[in-house]
Amino acid sequence: MSEPLVLGIETSCDETGIGIVRGHTLLADAVASSVEAHARFGGVVPEVASRAHLEAMVPTLHRALAEAGVALADVDAIAVTAGPGLAGALLVGVAAAKGYALALDKPVYGVNHLAAHVAVDTLEHGPLPEPAVALLVSGGHSSLLLVDDLAAGVTQLGRTIDDAAGEAFDKVARLLGLPFPGGPPIDRAARSGDPGAIAFPRGLTAPKDLAGHRFDFSFSGLKTAVARWVEARERAGAPVPVGDVAASFQEAVCDVLSRKAVDACREHGVGTLVIGGGVAANSRLRAMAEQRCARYGLQLRVPRPRLCTDNGAMVAALGSHLVAAGVAPSRLDLPADSALPVTTVRV
Amino acid sequence: MPLIAVIDTATPAVTAAVAEVTAAGTVVLAERTTVDARAHGELLAPQLAAALAEAGAVPGDLAAVVAGTGPGPFTGLRVGLVTAAALADTLGVPAYGVCSLDALGLGAAGVTLAATDARRKEIYWAVYAGGARRAGPAVGRPGDVADLLGGLGVVRAVGEGARRYAGVLGLPVDGPDHPPPAALAALAADRVRAGAPPEPLTPLYLRRPDAVEPAGRKRVLA
Ligand SMILES: [Zn+2]
Repeated sequence: MSEPLVLGIETSCDETGIGIVRGHTLLADAVASSVEAHARFGGVVPEVASRAHLEAMVPTLHRALAEAGVALADVDAIAVTAGPGLAGALLVGVAAAKGYALALDKPVYGVNHLAAHVAVDTLEHGPLPEPAVALLVSGGHSSLLLVDDLAAGVTQLGRTIDDAAGEAFDKVARLLGLPFPGGPPIDRAARSGDPGAIAFPRGLTAPKDLAGHRFDFSFSGLKTAVARWVEARERAGAPVPVGDVAASFQEAVCDVLSRKAVDACREHGVGTLVIGGGVAANSRLRAMAEQRCARYGLQLRVPRPRLCTDNGAMVAALGSHLVAAGVAPSRLDLPADSALPVTTVRV
Repeated sequence: MPLIAVIDTATPAVTAAVAEVTAAGTVVLAERTTVDARAHGELLAPQLAAALAEAGAVPGDLAAVVAGTGPGPFTGLRVGLVTAAALADTLGVPAYGVCSLDALGLGAAGVTLAATDARRKEIYWAVYAGGARRAGPAVGRPGDVADLLGGLGVVRAVGEGARRYAGVLGLPVDGPDHPPPAALAALAADRVRAGAPPEPLTPLYLRRPDAVEPAGRKRVLA
C-alpha cells in the first residue's frame, strides 16, 4: 500500500500556501502571496491578508493539484495551520480545510505552524533525528524549540521577548530606505559592507541576562541602536554607509541566533540543529550556523529557502508525519487559535 | 428533486441547512443555527454535517451550494463563503451567492428596512418593497439611516440591527433577526432549477480594510 496523500493548507500570515505530499515526498507547493499589497504599509495588514486568502484559496489549491498530478478525490487527509498566526487569516484556511474534509469525507488535522516549520525539513533531508533543536526565525516568530517527538510534543526553550527577528530586518530596512520585506535587501546590501564596522548590541547575551533568558532573544534594543546611529549620522550631515550598517546589524542578529541555538544543542545534549522560517534564508545566518555547528560536531539541517518561508508543504509534511505516527485527526469543530502554544502540535 | 446546502455567516447567527428545490418552491429539510458571533469558524462545518445527517443526505447528494454573501462582519462572513466555495469545488457543483439582507427583506409586507449589526455603532442596511431591493446594501450610522427612511417610505423594519437600534430608527421591528435559510434557498431557487453557471462568491464588505500608509519614514526615537 502506498503512503497516504496529504494536502496542507497554510494561511497564518500573508501567504496562501497549498502543499501536497506523499510520505516524505513533496509533490506540490503552490503559494499565492499578498506581500505586494502590504508593501506600501511597511508590514502585513491583517484584513488585507484575510481578503487575499479568500480569493486565492480555490485557485491556489487547483494549481497544487495540477502540479502534483492528482485529483481532489485522491487526497487521504487534510492538514491545516490552526495557529499561531493572525486570527482572521487562520480562520479562512481552517474553514476551507473543514469544507474540503467534509465534502471528501476525509480526516482533517489542525496543526501548529511552528511544528510545521520543523517538519518541512523531512521533505528535504528525510526523517528528523529526535531529539533535535529547532531555531525558527521569521517576521512573526523567533523561537528555540526542543523537539523530543514531533508527533507528540515540542518544548519551547526560548523566544523573543519583544520583536521577531524578521521584524527587526523589516524595520532596519525601512530606516535604510530599503524595500519591504527587509530580509533579502539587507542580505544583499550587507555583501558590500563591513560586518565589524559598527559594534551593535547583542540582546540578552550579557551574563546578568543569561541567568533568566539564556535561550530568549531581544531585538528591540538592537533596532533602536541602529536607528540612533543612523539618525546621529544624518544630524551630522554625513552620508549613511548603508552596506556597513546592514552588515553590522545582520552580524549582530545572526551572531545571537546561531550562538544561542548551538548553546541549546550543547546544553540538552542534542546532535541536530534545524533552522526554519523566512530568516533561515539569510546567507550570513546559514554560514555562521554552519561554522559553529562544525566546531561542536553538530549536524545542521536547513531546508532550501523556498521551504523555509511560510508554505502549504510544511503543513502537509507535518500532517503526513501525524498520520504515519497514528495520531487521531482533529474534530470538525476544531478552532483556529492565534496564540496556539507550541506544546500543542495537533489541535 | 435537487438538494442544496444553504449557508449564512453574515450575522452572529451561524446558519447551515439542507433544502430541497422543487418545481413549486423550496423546502428546508434540516437546519442548524447557533447565535454566537465568535464561533462561526468552529460551528459551521459540524452544523452542516448535522443538517446533512438529519436530512438523510451525504455531500455527494448536493446539486448546489447557496451562501449569504453579506454584508456582514468580515471574519465570520469569510468562514461561510470559503466553506461554501470548498464544498462546491469538491463536489463539482455550482455555488450561488445571495445578499444576506435580501433574505431578511424577502417576506416583508410593506416597505421594510432590513438591518444587521455592522459593529462600530453602525448597521448594514437595505430597503425592500414586496421583496425587491429599493435601496442599499450600504453601511452607516443608525441616525443617518433614520434620516433617509421617510423619503423611502419605510414603515417597518426587520433584522437584529434594526432591533438593536429600534429607538434611533423609530420603526416597529418584527420578523426574523437573522437571514432565514428558507429565504436564502428561495432566492437562489431559480438559478438551481435552471442549472445556472457557477458564480464567484464575492463578499459584500462595503468597507475598506483598516490600514494606514506610513507618512514618510517613521522615526524610531521620539
Ligand atoms: Zn512561519
